[in-house]
Amino acid sequence: MTVMTDPPKESFRLSMLIYDTRYRAITIQVVALLGFAAFFGWLIWNTSNNLAALGKEPSFRFLWEPAGYDINQRLLDYNSQSPHIRAAFIGVLNTLVIAVLGCITATVIGVLVGVLRLSKNWVVSRLMAVYVEMFRNVPVLLWIVLAMAIMIEIPPGPREFRGDNATASVSLFGTVAVTNRGIYVPDPKFDGGLGDLPVGASSTDAACAAYYDGSEGLVDINPACGTFQISLDFLAIVALLAGTLYISRRIKQRADDIQEKTGDRPTTWYIRLAVVVVPMVILLYLLGLYFTVPELKGFNFKDGLHLRNSLIALWLALSLYTAAFIAEIVRAGILAISKGQTEAASALGLSAGRTMSLVVLPQALRVIIPPLISNYLNLTKNSSLAIAVGYMDLTGTLMGVTLNQTGRELETVLLGMLIYLSISLTISMAMNWYNESIKLQER
Amino acid sequence: MSDISFVRTEMLPEKEPPASTVGFIGWAKANLFSSILNSVLTILSIVLVLFVLSGVLPWAFQSVWNASSLTECREILKATYGEHHEGACWAVINDRWVQLVFGFYPPYPVDPTMYLGNPPEGAWPAYFRPIFTFVLILAAVAPVLFDKLPRKMLIITAVFPFAMPWLMWGGTVWFPVAAALGFAIGYFAFKYLADIVGELAGLIIAVVLPVIWWLFLMGPFADLMQSIIALDIPVVESRKFGGFTVSIFIGVVAIVGSLPIGIVLALGRQSDLLIVKALCVGFIEFIRGVPLITLLFVASTLLNIFLPPGTEFDIILRVLIMVTLFASAYMAEVIRGGLAALPRGQYEGADSLGLNYWQAQRLIIMPQALKISIPGIVSNFIGIFKDTTLVSIIAILDPLGLTNGIRADAAWNGIYWELFAFIAIVFFVFCFSMSRYSMYLERKLKTSH
Repeated sequence: MTVMTDPPKESFRLSMLIYDTRYRAITIQVVALLGFAAFFGWLIWNTSNNLAALGKEPSFRFLWEPAGYDINQRLLDYNSQSPHIRAAFIGVLNTLVIAVLGCITATVIGVLVGVLRLSKNWVVSRLMAVYVEMFRNVPVLLWIVLAMAIMIEIPPGPREFRGDNATASVSLFGTVAVTNRGIYVPDPKFDGGLGDLPVGASSTDAACAAYYDGSEGLVDINPACGTFQISLDFLAIVALLAGTLYISRRIKQRADDIQEKTGDRPTTWYIRLAVVVVPMVILLYLLGLYFTVPELKGFNFKDGLHLRNSLIALWLALSLYTAAFIAEIVRAGILAISKGQTEAASALGLSAGRTMSLVVLPQALRVIIPPLISNYLNLTKNSSLAIAVGYMDLTGTLMGVTLNQTGRELETVLLGMLIYLSISLTISMAMNWYNESIKLQER
Repeated sequence: MSDISFVRTEMLPEKEPPASTVGFIGWAKANLFSSILNSVLTILSIVLVLFVLSGVLPWAFQSVWNASSLTECREILKATYGEHHEGACWAVINDRWVQLVFGFYPPYPVDPTMYLGNPPEGAWPAYFRPIFTFVLILAAVAPVLFDKLPRKMLIITAVFPFAMPWLMWGGTVWFPVAAALGFAIGYFAFKYLADIVGELAGLIIAVVLPVIWWLFLMGPFADLMQSIIALDIPVVESRKFGGFTVSIFIGVVAIVGSLPIGIVLALGRQSDLLIVKALCVGFIEFIRGVPLITLLFVASTLLNIFLPPGTEFDIILRVLIMVTLFASAYMAEVIRGGLAALPRGQYEGADSLGLNYWQAQRLIIMPQALKISIPGIVSNFIGIFKDTTLVSIIAILDPLGLTNGIRADAAWNGIYWELFAFIAIVFFVFCFSMSRYSMYLERKLKTSH
């Protein structure tokens, strides 16, 4: 009779760490971890030695010292007495401004060009191909510098708008002034505004009250008493917009329900449009919205919203450059949808427009979204080239002037990288979440 | 009653199709003017093209090629084409093309004191070293790109990574020889020791020995050999590098370096080993999450702080390191895509043949994965080459950085478009031909029907 026995138990030998595949994985990982830790430790050791030799203790205390430089484009209150950390924050906001503006325009141009490149019209599709190849094969920095040179060299100076025989005039019925110092557009202002809402520790002493400069930013910070002042007009507009959009969405859902039950879809687009537009118009009227038109006063234009050359050059160059890549993605996405889908849709009796919006685009989006995300990320990262045209973004403030003034290379560069990293990770997380939500539902 | 009927006995000759459906008119009607929207688009496009061409062509071709300053150039333009003609002043390219191509690289680096003026007696031809480096790049790349060329040319490819830095920076020839010797040591250690001490131990020794050689013995060896047989060419400092030479130099090094590092990172990211995977993911995501310009700031301000006290890497070397790391993270993601696209059966097939991990990677997985990722790899190469322009921000005089220097000269103050156009055209030629080559390669390697 045979008896089942366990195989003789091998005792653990040291050589098994290398030759036994069960243990080799652990060996390799431990060696990798130790190697990495040793390398990292070596870097930190070197760094602390070098910094000690230079007499620079790593510390972030400099962030709370006055920055002492000016930033020409700012969304929040800032002056040269503000601390470095505030300058960095203004820089982050400027980075986000250019990233958001650039992503929107790049998407619009890119989708348009991508669709037109597939057009049967030979002239149009060739033209779009030339645009795409031209922008994809030349460095983005060159486009940015070129756009800046165009903005400075081509438009007339403010002086040429002056006098009776002025060689330049304010375009678009006297509302938009294109000069070599930037573009001036009408600036929205509120007549009967609701005022500002103070947030944070309230203090009513004289210094606090005296500091208030009555500026009209969306969010003003009063360093004398440590309060924010958030514009109530702005809050009201945002709240109203959110509310009306919600109602409009409910109307659409109701139309969907009716279609489910009866098969007829009620026409709702004008109701939905009115629900959003009418309250907004009324609110803006009540707040007393008016526009100040740019006017030549002294040596420069005043009273308009000043879009600086650096902003426009960066915006233009980044959008056109990224749009060329997005166009290729859109083209590939549309080509990836088989012709059978379109034919099936027309066999069901859908119109061309509904075929596009209900059949082709939702499927193409699944192909388009992932590379689109990485292009948005690229645009955001490329916005750091702002330093080449003097646009004060994060690179220009924290890793530019602050670095040069304080001599704190380690802290500023690491902090800047960390901020960029978190912006990138946030964008990619948000977009991945969106991608997940439109993914094909498979069983 | 006679039944008169007529039956045609032969075919009528074919009629010509209506004139509006054939030839150019037919084509135009079907393609350009098929609907109102299409017609509007066509007309708008043609107007746009004509408008741009009418502006650019006279500017580009009714231009001046020979002048020594912008004012002289404008005078010639006025004299030749009339008062109001706006013409290009290509004379700046003619005047400064040597600088745009070579930067401040010394023309006759035979005797360090004779950078300027007439070539010394018996000197090499001007700019021999950078020109020879370009030729070497072409010769090294050609056998990799086109497999019809003789395989012997791959020897040049193997020598090239050691020869290029030596040609550009100069110094003793024993240094690159000693560096190459490190690889030879590793190879022979593996070949002869693997039989004695076993494969894995042999591999470990084959890695450790060259590292020890490079870190501790290479420098003394090179010095010793130099003192016995002096074979050296004058040293050229990094700050003299510039122009397209520096773009191509950085681009080529980053491209050559990023591919192997990228493959290793991609394998690490796909591996089952948790810690290895975490390290690779961390590295890749960190590099991909920050802009290249911040890494260049690290190169210009921080890298010397990270290294042992007293190490003075020069700026070009530091930039090379950071750009290569940057490129490898992107390369790793492209190759990972190729690895992921490979059907599971290929891995299982390799396992069932009894191949070990590295054999399977080398013989089965990598050839297919790399083939799938060719378009991505080439577009990465293009991206790297374009990104070399960013070094102008940390004050390396690449072509874009040189434009400021040229404008700072009183003779060419105020010249923009000609310089930008020239640089853009050169980059376009390089990048466009790379993308066309990738298409050719895709067609050639296609094995499906």
